[in-house]
Amino acid sequence: MNKYTPVIGLEVHVELKTKSKMFCACSAEYFGKEPNTHTCPVCLGLPGALPVPNKTAIEWCIKIALALNCEINKYSKFDRKNYFYPDLAKGYQISQYDLPFGHDGKITLKDGKEIRIRRVHMEEDTGKLSHQEINGGKVSLIDFNRSGVPLVEVVTEPDFDNPSDVKEYLEKLQLIVRYLDIANADMEKGEMRLEPNISLRKGERQSTYLKETDLPNYKVEVKNINSFKFVEKAINYEIGRQHEILEKNERPAQETRGWNEDKGKTFSQRSKEDAQDYRYFPEPDIPPIVHTKNEISTLLKQVPELPDKKITRFEKNYALPSYDTEILIREKSLADFFEETTKTNQDKNITAKAIANWIINKKVDPTKTKPSDVIKQITANKQVAQIDEKELTKFIDEVINENEKAVTDYKSGKETVIMFLLGQTMKKIGRKVDTEMVKELLKKKLS
Amino acid sequence: MDIKTLTITQAKKDLKEKKYSSVELTKAYLTRIKQVEPRVKAFVTITEEEALKNAKEADKKIAEGKDLPLLGIPLSIKDNFSTTGIRTTASSKVLDNYIPPYDATVVKKLKDAGMVLLGKKNMDAWAHGSSTETSDYGPSKNPWNTDHLPGGSSGGAAASVAADETLAAIGSETAGSIRQPASWCGVVGLKPTYGRVSRYGVIAMGSSLDSPGPITKTVEDSALILNILAGQDLHDATTGTNPVADYEKNLNKDIKNLKIGIAEDYFEGVDPQVKKTVEDALKIFEQLGAHIKKIKLFQPKYAIAVYTILQRAEVSSNLARFDGIRYGNDRSFFGDEAKRRIMLGTYTLSAGYYDQYYNKALKVRTVIIDDFKKAFEDVDVIIGPTSPTISLPLGASAGKAMFGELADLLVEPSSIAGLSGINVPCGFSKEGLPIGMQIIGPQFAEEVILNAAYKYEQENPLYLKKPTL
Repeated sequence: MNKYTPVIGLEVHVELKTKSKMFCACSAEYFGKEPNTHTCPVCLGLPGALPVPNKTAIEWCIKIALALNCEINKYSKFDRKNYFYPDLAKGYQISQYDLPFGHDGKITLKDGKEIRIRRVHMEEDTGKLSHQEINGGKVSLIDFNRSGVPLVEVVTEPDFDNPSDVKEYLEKLQLIVRYLDIANADMEKGEMRLEPNISLRKGERQSTYLKETDLPNYKVEVKNINSFKFVEKAINYEIGRQHEILEKNERPAQETRGWNEDKGKTFSQRSKEDAQDYRYFPEPDIPPIVHTKNEISTLLKQVPELPDKKITRFEKNYALPSYDTEILIREKSLADFFEETTKTNQDKNITAKAIANWIINKKVDPTKTKPSDVIKQITANKQVAQIDEKELTKFIDEVINENEKAVTDYKSGKETVIMFLLGQTMKKIGRKVDTEMVKELLKKKLS
Repeated sequence: MDIKTLTITQAKKDLKEKKYSSVELTKAYLTRIKQVEPRVKAFVTITEEEALKNAKEADKKIAEGKDLPLLGIPLSIKDNFSTTGIRTTASSKVLDNYIPPYDATVVKKLKDAGMVLLGKKNMDAWAHGSSTETSDYGPSKNPWNTDHLPGGSSGGAAASVAADETLAAIGSETAGSIRQPASWCGVVGLKPTYGRVSRYGVIAMGSSLDSPGPITKTVEDSALILNILAGQDLHDATTGTNPVADYEKNLNKDIKNLKIGIAEDYFEGVDPQVKKTVEDALKIFEQLGAHIKKIKLFQPKYAIAVYTILQRAEVSSNLARFDGIRYGNDRSFFGDEAKRRIMLGTYTLSAGYYDQYYNKALKVRTVIIDDFKKAFEDVDVIIGPTSPTISLPLGASAGKAMFGELADLLVEPSSIAGLSGINVPCGFSKEGLPIGMQIIGPQFAEEVILNAAYKYEQENPLYLKKPTL
């Protein structure tokens, strides 16, 4: 058996949550709306209509690029990507070809591996086709509410070699765009669409980036997946499928495939053996977009502290374990709420860790709770029934006697067992007392 | 009233003085249209009902003492401008039944200015051509000799102004489509700087070139309409933010010391009658105190190559939406010229050919722009013949795929450079067909070229001469 290593790259489309569409004033909100109600001559592609770029969308695209450590093209432009599809109103999509807003960035995974970002560019979404049966006849319907919604495409180099890195990258990317407050990236609504391209290379994993010449001579693209889990599954499925083909000394077809979740399989959609020629050329209806150094640095200043930095800072400043920080930073609002609460806190006896615990364990909703309320709740909780030390010692001794195995485990280094013993003691006390105090005494007795 | 001698300026005055009503004026034009249209064929659609409705409203407003720049003035518009509720075909059967749900910015501005819309003007289908012979509704005829072509693509617009079927018409020029038919029909045709007048709602031909503009009897009327049309449009990202001048205000300014450039190459191979007439016109400019300076410009033939590549490429993309899925007829309704252009454009944009053709054309375009820029360091305007020939007989374009490009040889360079230009009638051939000269100015120099054109027209008011129909 030959040893193969997966070569995986990703194209991710993120829909921006701007109020209006990319090139017209229509509302960009389309989810669950009456079909063809958010349309105008521009997004319908009517004869004579012209696109006028949405400045906010462009700035947001640049912010994504900046957050992904990209270089920004100060001189950029839109291009026409010509192809035919019934959901494409103009017979071309306005996209970016050789001068995307951002290029050459990177994202660092937990294990320190860097994934290179090839480009971050701006384009418009297409309409939506649905194939239905009306009065017994098969029809295809087009809803143009989505036509012209701003899309940012983030393309990586083929730097992944396993699906779990892909998942980590996607979670990171989703979190970043949410931190930037420019996209909801709700997978179920199709606001973030994933397209992994997968091939297998003979040989072992390597620590450096692959050279262009080391890439396999084929590539399979899986289109429009809308769940991180499905991406993992699709990649695993493809690895197996391609492996089988390669073992037969054949080359997997260069093609676009879809993911069928029910069958747990990818399926062929269209061959890409002959690369489609999109006949890109500069969009004559939109003058080139020029940004000054100042404008870019202003945008950079608007990029908030991103999740990675926040984690490091939280761990350092608040002495929080990574488990806590990871939960807190999953939503920027929660992380902000945590910090707000620590600032509000005047009680030296309440540690940042205690605040984090409270927020996490009590599932505090920052939209419904004030930071000062959290402090009040913690304080109230601390004011507990007093317990005589003699009485307490009695309970602890009982617990130690009754749980020999746990005590041995603890003494042999399984420190987490303390929580079990603490629980047993608390049960015996039967009143709400200061658990920290009980824990301290328990520890003393065990040492 | 005598609509033959009527200009917009005169009609405005008459309407204000209540010499006649807008309804009367409109009816006079509708009658004239009925009389001569069978011979001129300038319209694709005559909007009689709309016109009378507009006229009634205008009369009401006039009675109320309202003053709008085109209140009650009967105009017509080339059929590639979107008009709400009025079919807009671009003279192609693909759009035979297409009724736009919105107005082009130009149309909206004209409506706001109080115009009366007489109808939509015939043109080369999709504006592809310089004869109107590619129109799916049949060619328009030159009012000076109905066996001859009016030129194109705004041929219906120019012919109808010459035939007094309308007080003025709105055309569009990609490279020559206003100036060339204006020249062949003996009327004033202004091609504004690219980006001076909004393209929003104009069925796109060459998107990086298309410039809507007025076709009028006089330079004064041209300035009057440009005053309404010019300016930045939030619906067209390519419109310029440059301030808009009052084009009527300085028409009569002295042109003493105006520096006029003439380039030898623009007179080469030109019909001797045309050459002689334009040279005579230059003498009038000299008498007015202008200085003639010989300049060297890039040979116009290079512009043809550049224009052909860029425009076809844009056409191939712009016509992609006409698939017959949501409106209009399917692609089998495209005529030969459109098909030729789609094929050539698709080819030049294809992988492997892009650099060789499109990219190279873009580079040469820059060279041509710079060439003009350099020329305008020394002169204020450039004057030359508009067309190398006088109007050609019907059928002249048959079998000639490059007919338009040759007819537009002398206007394509300035179109590629996005410059302003105006055709002014300057004489007649011995056959009695009009001859025009063009005055080319730098970008956004409409004020300068209109001023020069007006001063010339004052000396040689050819608009007083009328074809017999």
